[in-house]
Amino acid sequence: MSSRDLPVTVVVNGSATGPALVLDEPLSLWGGLDAETGLITDQRHPQCGQCVTGTIVVMDAGRGSSSASSVLAEAVRLGTAPVGFVMADVDEIVALGSLVAEEIYGTVTPIVVASTTDTSTICTGNTISIDSATLRLL
Amino acid sequence: MTITLTDYEQSLLDGSAGTGTATAMRLVVRLGQVMGATRLRPIVGAHIDSCLYHGQSGLDFVNLLVDGEASVTVPTTLNVSSLDLIHPELYRGDPQTGIEAKALMDAYVQLGCQPTWTCAPYQLEQRPGFGEHVAWAESNAIVFANSVLGARTHRYGDFIDIAAAVTGRVPDAGLHNDANRRASLIVDVAELPTDTDAVFPVLGHFLGGVVGRHIPAIVGLPATTTEDQLKALGAGAASSGSLAMFHAIGITPEAPTLEAACGDRVVTNRITVTANDLIQARDELSTATGTELATISLGTPHYSITEIGRLVEALAGRAIHRSIHMYVSTGRDVLNEAGLRGWTKSLEAAGVQFVTDTCTYITPIIEPNVGTAMTDSAKWAYYAPGNIGVEVIFGALQECVESAVAGHLVRIPELWSDV
Repeated sequence: MSSRDLPVTVVVNGSATGPALVLDEPLSLWGGLDAETGLITDQRHPQCGQCVTGTIVVMDAGRGSSSASSVLAEAVRLGTAPVGFVMADVDEIVALGSLVAEEIYGTVTPIVVASTTDTSTICTGNTISIDSATLRLL
Repeated sequence: MTITLTDYEQSLLDGSAGTGTATAMRLVVRLGQVMGATRLRPIVGAHIDSCLYHGQSGLDFVNLLVDGEASVTVPTTLNVSSLDLIHPELYRGDPQTGIEAKALMDAYVQLGCQPTWTCAPYQLEQRPGFGEHVAWAESNAIVFANSVLGARTHRYGDFIDIAAAVTGRVPDAGLHNDANRRASLIVDVAELPTDTDAVFPVLGHFLGGVVGRHIPAIVGLPATTTEDQLKALGAGAASSGSLAMFHAIGITPEAPTLEAACGDRVVTNRITVTANDLIQARDELSTATGTELATISLGTPHYSITEIGRLVEALAGRAIHRSIHMYVSTGRDVLNEAGLRGWTKSLEAAGVQFVTDTCTYITPIIEPNVGTAMTDSAKWAYYAPGNIGVEVIFGALQECVESAVAGHLVRIPELWSDV
């Protein structure tokens, strides 16, 4: 199958390739993700029990808590974080976690915004890559 | 998009005030780029959520600021952290984590923040006024600042809160600007019985799930709606969703009318909240069934002095059943006031354990694996199962109190009969 490129807007610049993990609902990283294990722990979330480590998380939005930035930075430190995010809108709190992890540890976790029409074609497990211009379905 | 900095802002970025301040300014500028700002704007205060310990990364970050000789340049309050410094024996967690959490708390005080340790900074004597720009983190406080005080804060998260406090600047974007504060969805609650306190956290929980990125204009709340009720509504909505502001028409300072809330927009999106929606949302907040209870936790967000008074009234001199642990989380300033009124002593004698500086769902305080917990807070009900692994039952304050006295779940159907 040939690859397909979709347009994106960059939130945090960088590039990443990995298996997509598509979340059916917004996730608050705080209270929803265990930074020690990379597992989704929000019992009300459809993807509860799934592991985000090494994936590119595709989710429309974050949710709730201001502490989501800290949880993402801690997950980056521990090596349990996703390698990138594809979101439907800018979420400053998720973006801050990525920016601070870069500031402290030099690890870049890129975040892009793409249209939900485009991202609806992505399934969990599909290999995707993101960079400063495109979201590529490989 | 490029951001134009003033000479002063550029000098901070270039390190004139030290490397810590330069790091903070770099973060503010980068967030400004994310938010599409073209300039920064000054703030008059900040509220910091980054002081809650999540791991070594929090210390690594704050040490960049401390070692770089940064300090806050605006009055800055601190959110709850992981330890109760007034009742330190309550902490059941790993001792090493406790030491690291204390180091984090100390670092924020060293930066010049006030050791308020509360998630309800709007209950402190000094709080921002109508139209004042601040950088507040802590999701429930953000909603309250925008919607009840009429102050202006964007939805800030950890790290940027202290970066803004150090630089005195935030991006001139988002909820700081009129255009982004307009309502884009009308929520009609006129059908609901708004004389019951417990309606508010449940309504908040419902709204968080349906409003998405909209700023709702809530019509139908009476002018007598209290700050405690609005607090519960905002906290619930900012847990189940990412709400940062609502306009309660006739209550929110900049929303005397629906037209004022919507500005020049014609808003046609409309949701009418029905009694059925509310009952469904209430039931969603409980994960447990049965009537056995081990713990009751009140005070999320931190109880106000009025709420502690309500508890005294509801308990009416009775004791908590010996099989129940009952916790009330509140700010140290409020606890002090409760002490002056004689309430602390009488509640403690009845078996209530006060918790300050932290909260029972963010740090190990509740004895693990003892049984179901009950709460009057939608936020606590939302987060506690994932955070501390308890099953939860949501109920009105009166139901929590009657259950605490009886030693098992007591429902008061009349409380919900109007719904």
